[in-house]
Amino acid sequence: MSGAVFAAEGVAVSLDGRDVLTDISIAVRPGEVLALVGPNGAGKSTLLSVLSGERRPAAGMVTVDDRDIHTFSALELARVRSVLTQDNALSFPFRVIDVITMGRAPWTRTDEIASDGAAISSAAARADVTHLAWRRFTELSGGERARVSLARVLAQDTPVVFLDEPTASLDLRHQEDVLRIARDLATAGRAVVIVVHDLSLAGAVADRIALLSAGRLVALGTPSEVLTEAAISDVYGLDVRVVEIDGRPHIVPRR
Amino acid sequence: MRRVVIGVVIGALLVGGILLSALLGQLPVQVTEVVGSVLRAMGIHNGWAPDDPIIESTLWVIRFPRIVMAIVVGAALATAGAVMQAIFGNPLAEPGVVGVSSGAALGAATAIVLGLTSLGDFAIAICAFAGGLLATLLVYIVSRANGRTEVVTLLLTGIAVNAFAGAGLAFALFAASTSSREQIIFWQLGSLNGALWREVLIVAIVAVIGVSAAILLSRRYDLLSLGERNARHLGLDVERLRLVSIVVVALLTGVAVAFVGIVAFVGLVVPHVMRMLLGPQHRALIVASAFGGAVLMLAADLLARTVVPGAELPIGMLTSLVGGPFFFFLLWRQRRRSGGWA
Repeated sequence: MSGAVFAAEGVAVSLDGRDVLTDISIAVRPGEVLALVGPNGAGKSTLLSVLSGERRPAAGMVTVDDRDIHTFSALELARVRSVLTQDNALSFPFRVIDVITMGRAPWTRTDEIASDGAAISSAAARADVTHLAWRRFTELSGGERARVSLARVLAQDTPVVFLDEPTASLDLRHQEDVLRIARDLATAGRAVVIVVHDLSLAGAVADRIALLSAGRLVALGTPSEVLTEAAISDVYGLDVRVVEIDGRPHIVPRR
Repeated sequence: MRRVVIGVVIGALLVGGILLSALLGQLPVQVTEVVGSVLRAMGIHNGWAPDDPIIESTLWVIRFPRIVMAIVVGAALATAGAVMQAIFGNPLAEPGVVGVSSGAALGAATAIVLGLTSLGDFAIAICAFAGGLLATLLVYIVSRANGRTEVVTLLLTGIAVNAFAGAGLAFALFAASTSSREQIIFWQLGSLNGALWREVLIVAIVAVIGVSAAILLSRRYDLLSLGERNARHLGLDVERLRLVSIVVVALLTGVAVAFVGIVAFVGLVVPHVMRMLLGPQHRALIVASAFGGAVLMLAADLLARTVVPGAELPIGMLTSLVGGPFFFFLLWRQRRRSGGWA
């Protein structure tokens, strides 16, 4: 699988006259996990949607391997990147297996279709939903739905994977599963962009962290470089302690 | 296996419905006479064929066109319902409920009042299509938020569109001559009475095109049920799919309304029953809905013209009689599930 480089150059977005993103330049490299962190309303999800080509920025541009992302058709884009959104609703009661199979849709009528079965069963196994395969999606709990959606995204089998708060409704074990999946994808040469709220999770999974505050990129670097007591206290307005465990920063509020 | 059984059952119902519709009526006809007459028309001479020219013309001039009309209109309406539910992401969407049928009827009534009927059968069909298209677009634009349509919004929009089209129809009635008035009332009630072969042909051609388009698009409808954003991320050109689907719905509904009038709830009841039997995958759902719609329409028409001896009930009244309570049941179930009207 060839890697694709998604790069944003001087990107800005404003909604209803409010600047949501201001002058952000960032690139996603193959083989790395890039975490987007920041307080509520910092623009993490907006940046994710700009990077993934869903939202057109008011200024600046996003390129995929040096080509403007908005010259890609929806189908071309779907073969380069997959996106896990926070929208887990389904209009009709499809079975879990059908939902995961939908992830293969971009590869219909290509040579890749031969690996459909393998991609689907591997995706289901990694997201730990194999035992749910014949259940109706609409009958599942929130966390189960989130895992099925993750499996669908994995089945899409793209060089770049965007995950918008994939751990939000998951229990501790499945949160760890998601982190492991993200790491495995990066090890296999894919690029993963992940939005997370939990800074310790971000510190545990990411190769690089982008810290956003009020639509600006405040810091970009390795977890130890970005997640410092000074930076976090400043951005979140909360006193924290950073504890290193196994070389990874963990963030604990001072209570 | 399940699909095969359901397919066989629907097929058997369809053949049975066709035979019954050919046999029953003011002039009783024997099964052998029907089979013989059809075989003779196919160029196979046989002893069963009726010698009586009255029976022969009853079959070929009155009953057969009516049967084929029921089949194609039922298929068109049920498919339009299934497609609408797919693009609205809402199982309660239906051409009659949201006002597409009324829009089409208003288009047809306008054509009658303006005297466009003299331009031929197509004039009414085209006006009905235009009315249906406008109504579909209106409902679509007004009732959607974030790529989905909430039940309440959908139904309220339907009420508004139906009210407006109702007012337009009332004005058309007021402005029309006596003979035009009768025609317009026919549109409001719906009837298969007096179906002509050349009308049947128009409806059949449009129905075949519309149903084929819906079947070709069926895989995309599956993706659409993930929501618009997710579908787009999976490479679906959502805008184009919407546009094509709205045209398909307007075509199917418009052509059915143009020649048969408003027949509500077929597009609601049939896809629902099929979804319960076959699951939500759209390919099987649309194919089964087309055939199921044909069966339902045949049965409704058979009832409409045999329940009261010597008289004919409006078929739109019959389908609404069954569809109304069914719709209520669906609402009740949805409300119980989601705990509210959202």
